[in-house]
Amino acid sequence: MSIGARIYRWFGRNMIRVYAVFAFTYLFIPVAYTFVFSFNDSGKSNLVWKGFTLGNWQNPCGAPEVCTALGNSIKIGLLATIFSTILGTMIAFAIGRHKFKGRSSSNLLIFLPMATPEIVLGASLLSLFLVFKINPGFWPTVIAHVVFCISFVVVTVKARIASLDPRLEQAAMDLYANEIETFRRVTLPLVAPGIAGAALLAFSLSFDDFIITNFNSGTLTTFPKFVYVSAARGIPAQANVIGSAMFFLALALVIVGQIVSRRRKVS
Amino acid sequence: MGKIKTPYLLLLPGFAFLFTFFILPIVNLAQTSTQTPVGGGDTGQYEQTFAFSNYINAFVENKEQFTRSFVYATIATVLALAISYPLAYAIAFKSGRWKNVLLVLVVAPFFTSFLLRTVAWKQILGEEGFVVPGLRTLGVISDSTTLTSTAFAVVMGMTYNFLPFMTLPLYASIDRIDPRTLEASGDLYANGFTTFRKVTLPLSMPGVVAGTLLTFIPAAGDYVNAAILGSPNTKMIGNVIESRYFKIVDYPTAAALSFTLMAAILILVTLYIRKAGTEELV
Repeated sequence: MSIGARIYRWFGRNMIRVYAVFAFTYLFIPVAYTFVFSFNDSGKSNLVWKGFTLGNWQNPCGAPEVCTALGNSIKIGLLATIFSTILGTMIAFAIGRHKFKGRSSSNLLIFLPMATPEIVLGASLLSLFLVFKINPGFWPTVIAHVVFCISFVVVTVKARIASLDPRLEQAAMDLYANEIETFRRVTLPLVAPGIAGAALLAFSLSFDDFIITNFNSGTLTTFPKFVYVSAARGIPAQANVIGSAMFFLALALVIVGQIVSRRRKVS
Repeated sequence: MGKIKTPYLLLLPGFAFLFTFFILPIVNLAQTSTQTPVGGGDTGQYEQTFAFSNYINAFVENKEQFTRSFVYATIATVLALAISYPLAYAIAFKSGRWKNVLLVLVVAPFFTSFLLRTVAWKQILGEEGFVVPGLRTLGVISDSTTLTSTAFAVVMGMTYNFLPFMTLPLYASIDRIDPRTLEASGDLYANGFTTFRKVTLPLSMPGVVAGTLLTFIPAAGDYVNAAILGSPNTKMIGNVIESRYFKIVDYPTAAALSFTLMAAILILVTLYIRKAGTEELV
């Protein structure tokens, strides 16, 4: 076979892999850009490369307000995650495990918040708060985040419940475990990875949310809001530090999770 | 007796929450949308007059932004589908033991705040970035052409930001396809293209439907990409609603616009699901 033909055949076989490399490059260009510019000795506005420095990483809270915003985002994210995971998991068990009247309308109620554009969700909640003279701020933001996180939790946990082998629970019952014991010792541990995944999803949705937050947070600053507001006059490099750090932290978390679950499978 | 009650008890707290903070606000928004300013009152004071003309006025005034939102969202969704499908296919069938790593990589950019990434695109595509000077040197674009503050940048930003929402459901449904069905199709003398058209694509339809919805819905209501990457000429309906709320304090118009947007999306989604023929969504 000639070299040309070989190259042609290799390309035919691997075209899709080559493509995947390009697609991932596209996905990561802005992430890499954010990371590189976190080392920029930029002063106030981080627009042009001015020289390498570790200063931003040594002092991530150096820019005014950036760490307050980050702290608010984390607090709101954690609270929204806890509430939406609990409420959503309960709904997922009800819909995934029981046949009852109104099941399909329950599914619809879960689907609707996902089918509603964020701006409508945010605007309608703000209108409600205004009617009841509740000032936008921390708790209204938490509530707003729970609203849009619940549906994603339900969908994620429900998928995990649906993939369970019902014979495992039957086996537990056969071994004289009652319903509560079966749930606690068989069902719940099996569904747990789904719940953990849902919680992670809820946190990242909440942490990254801008539109709904912008409507319901009033003067409270969150990290995305901080970036949006400072985008006009130049974002401090410290924001890039925080963005990059979150990226590596989440990546590390996922890798550790993978290793743990792989070890469990082995043992 | 206990068995009948369990599901309702499980649903109660969550649904009570959703009722108070999702259904009630939507109903309230509907009420706001037909209000008119109080005669002689302060800015921001409105009374219910069932002025359905609000809807007509709001739509006529912002026809352009409505059209733009749906056109941009459609283009971004089609682009995201075109980019994601081969990627999801590669991850599902060609990645071997790297599958989990690649899946994590699809989601990973999410962890860098999407606003930071959008701002990064603005700078990459801007005058000081490396794309514009490069394209000018190659002669692809003229010296006066810019990439930021254009419809191109807004649509590109939307495509980029919603890409994982497209890739993940696509992956989930392609991954479920039994590779033997593809082999069987080959054994029956179907070429690659026919196999794709008659086997792979129909089997992955649930993923295509879920992915397009998860991309199109947020894209149609988005205003962040238009605000950061666009110009006044690329304003979308989201930008209008936002400024009606915060800058003009014109709640009824904002509410009417929100409702029209939601209704338009729901109608499109219903038609689309009918056409695509999958009921199993959630």
